Amino acid sequence: MGDIASLILKRLGLGLITLLIISIIIFFMVELLPGDIAQAVLGQGATEENLAALREQMGLNDPAILRYFQWLGGALTGDFGESVVTGERVSAVISDRFVNTLFLAAYAAVIAVPFAITLGVIVALLRNTLFDRVANVLTLTSISSPEFFLGYILILYLAVKAQMFPAIASLSGDLSLGELLNRTFLPALTLVLVVTAHMMRMTRAAIINLLASPYIEMARLKGTPPWKVIVRHALPNAWAPIINVVALNLAYLITGVVLVEVVFVYPGIGQSLVDAVSKRDFPVVQACCLIFAATFILLNLAADVGAILTNPRLRHPK
Amino acid sequence: MTKKNQQLIDRIADEARKGRISRREFMNYSLMAGLTATTATGLWTTKAAAQPKSGGHFRWGLHDGNSADTHDPGTYLSRQQIYLAHTHRSYLTMINGDGSLGPDLATSWEASEDASEWTFELNPNASFHSGRPVTATDVIASFNHHRGDDTTSAAKALLTDVTEITADGDHTVTFTLSRGNADLGWLMTDYHLAICPANEDGTIDWQSGDGSGPYKIDNIDWGVQISLSRHDGWHGEGAYFDSVDIITLNDPNARQTALVTGDVDAVSLIELKTMALLQRDPNIVIHNIPSAGAITLPMHCDTAPFDDVNVRNALKLAINRDEIIEKITFGAATKGNDFHHSPAQPYFPEGIEQREYDPDQARSLLKKAGAEGLSVNISTADSLFSGAVDLAVLFQEQAKAAGININVVREPNDGYYSEVWLKKPFQMVSWGARPTPDVMYTLAYKDDAAWNESRWQNERFNELLLMAKSELDQERRAEMYREMAILAKDDGGTIIPFFNNFVYANRANVGTPEELAASWENDGARAASRWWFTD
Repeated sequence: MGDIASLILKRLGLGLITLLIISIIIFFMVELLPGDIAQAVLGQGATEENLAALREQMGLNDPAILRYFQWLGGALTGDFGESVVTGERVSAVISDRFVNTLFLAAYAAVIAVPFAITLGVIVALLRNTLFDRVANVLTLTSISSPEFFLGYILILYLAVKAQMFPAIASLSGDLSLGELLNRTFLPALTLVLVVTAHMMRMTRAAIINLLASPYIEMARLKGTPPWKVIVRHALPNAWAPIINVVALNLAYLITGVVLVEVVFVYPGIGQSLVDAVSKRDFPVVQACCLIFAATFILLNLAADVGAILTNPRLRHPK
Repeated sequence: MTKKNQQLIDRIADEARKGRISRREFMNYSLMAGLTATTATGLWTTKAAAQPKSGGHFRWGLHDGNSADTHDPGTYLSRQQIYLAHTHRSYLTMINGDGSLGPDLATSWEASEDASEWTFELNPNASFHSGRPVTATDVIASFNHHRGDDTTSAAKALLTDVTEITADGDHTVTFTLSRGNADLGWLMTDYHLAICPANEDGTIDWQSGDGSGPYKIDNIDWGVQISLSRHDGWHGEGAYFDSVDIITLNDPNARQTALVTGDVDAVSLIELKTMALLQRDPNIVIHNIPSAGAITLPMHCDTAPFDDVNVRNALKLAINRDEIIEKITFGAATKGNDFHHSPAQPYFPEGIEQREYDPDQARSLLKKAGAEGLSVNISTADSLFSGAVDLAVLFQEQAKAAGININVVREPNDGYYSEVWLKKPFQMVSWGARPTPDVMYTLAYKDDAAWNESRWQNERFNELLLMAKSELDQERRAEMYREMAILAKDDGGTIIPFFNNFVYANRANVGTPEELAASWENDGARAASRWWFTD
């Protein structure tokens, strides 16, 4: 197991370097945007004098490089600074939002992952039947439609016509868990529809790929029933690619949901990122992007570790 | 009276109660149904006219909220901030439902003869949510927030003429101006000029969100939701709801769906494309209110080819406003006449001849200017308003009939007002409503204004502008605005295709006054204190 520990450490180190590079890229991308914070804050009504006063107040007159290193110095000590626009701590601005995003991602994942893998196993078992075809067409249709469109369709049928769920997922004060799950069901369902196809098809492909192997043929020859061949013999060897795809989709559930947030008015982190970019609020943009990047790095790491753990051969390299 | 007629009258009364028909329509329908005028009037007052009643929780969906918004009145920009300001803070004056100027914190105000000194008497009953009374000190501190060299307030330009603000006792404030301004009372309704509690050192405490408006903030999550409850010590009339939630619904579809499903009681903006469909829902009432907001197409009068008035007028004649209003705004607009003075503003000059689409005359003007086969670029961007690029393309088609070739240049949405506006010689701009013609003309048409977007220099116009500014005689003032309008129309460098209407909606169980203020959407952004539930 020592190998895994060293692998994790090595990957975390690389991850930090990646984050550093990303932070540089983001900083200069925000700098390149036309207009600046002062103009974004004061809008059309600003005069040159106002702008100058506000720039002075926000510390925008320092050179860009200097501001970047000031920010980096803070970030290295765990201080992500203050929002340039509102003056609030960045951590305070995004922590609630991030918890909301994690909640929605977890809600969707808890439904989507078991559903997709089970469905994948079933369609592998019933491959080339009508059920397989229908399941494929339906999941591929849902992944091919933009999220906002899926969201609108769900709103139309489940909120407006059937009135089973609220059309907007605005969270207020103290909701019980039941109410919370009810309020956020439609956005969660939208995300489930978006990520299911990828995971389901990878499960199916990975299993079918193995079905041609000699050991599967052996299992069949000794009279094992087909479902058992797949679940007991094929699936354990198919985990590695499935875990990879699951990890990618989990990352997507956290980083790619801004459209769903907008459609359902869900206060997640994607919306704060969009708002921050439109105001050129660099510390908030930076913090959101780094959270997204870290999510990808950590989930990819988890996928690799998972793949190693499920494959004894990788655990004992020659 | 027959039974059928009785049913008809009940239905008319019911429609009126829901606010779906106005008093005038009610009278017409009642007379048609066989009632006498006296009976109809009686019926209106007893049965149909909605009597406001207290109670309920009002959920108000807004179209423009950002999570980076703050309580700083100097940087108010989004609708979320502006609507909240009209709900939890007070101004000195306010625009009434009928468009007249009424009292808010100030109970009365009067000017010296040359309009250079204004005295406002404050309402002694007004108090902040913290319980402290509102005094002259708070008013002075709130105005000083927008003045001085190091202010970051966008309202600074509005108050440049104010040289001194003094208090006389706790409830009298005097403004001294460097030159007369007959509109000062109107200026006080500008959304930046909210009154905040003063600190010891003469600054204001905007950070706490304390105010003296009809509702106090219980909980705020910018860009998501603001929960408010009634401020019992409010000095004004109204505030019928017990509590109010202001919910940011930036997505047009989310807004519309929330209204249809009853997740909110009112929304600040609806999509013009689906307006006709939404109208069919009996649970929804749509308001279509002419505003003073406008779309302008300024041409730089100091740059060829626009330095020739014939070219400018040819372009004004080459635009078909009726078609644009029908196709771009779906009818929700008021036709412009190339002077920036809306019928929703005071002193509107009636009866100035409307400029119509006339490609032939445009062609002959171009010939006179020696500019046949004119080719110009127009800059526009999608973010200006819904349909901005479409408008430019439609104008391009219409101008072809006059032999004018217009190239539509689609600029990036981001930074349009910093990179394109005032810089490109011919472009499209979206203007928010300003309370008076003086504010509008001073801001964007005065010869030395920073935002003179058409770079128009007209001696007589500027002379009249200064004269009208301090003229307290209403009739003479209106006459000056008429002359200025004609000058702008025939010599100015701005094409004004239309003044956009505010189109918003509420559930049928929300009662609204007969006349709705046109300064902002939702009854001048004061829906929370002016509307009520009918059930």
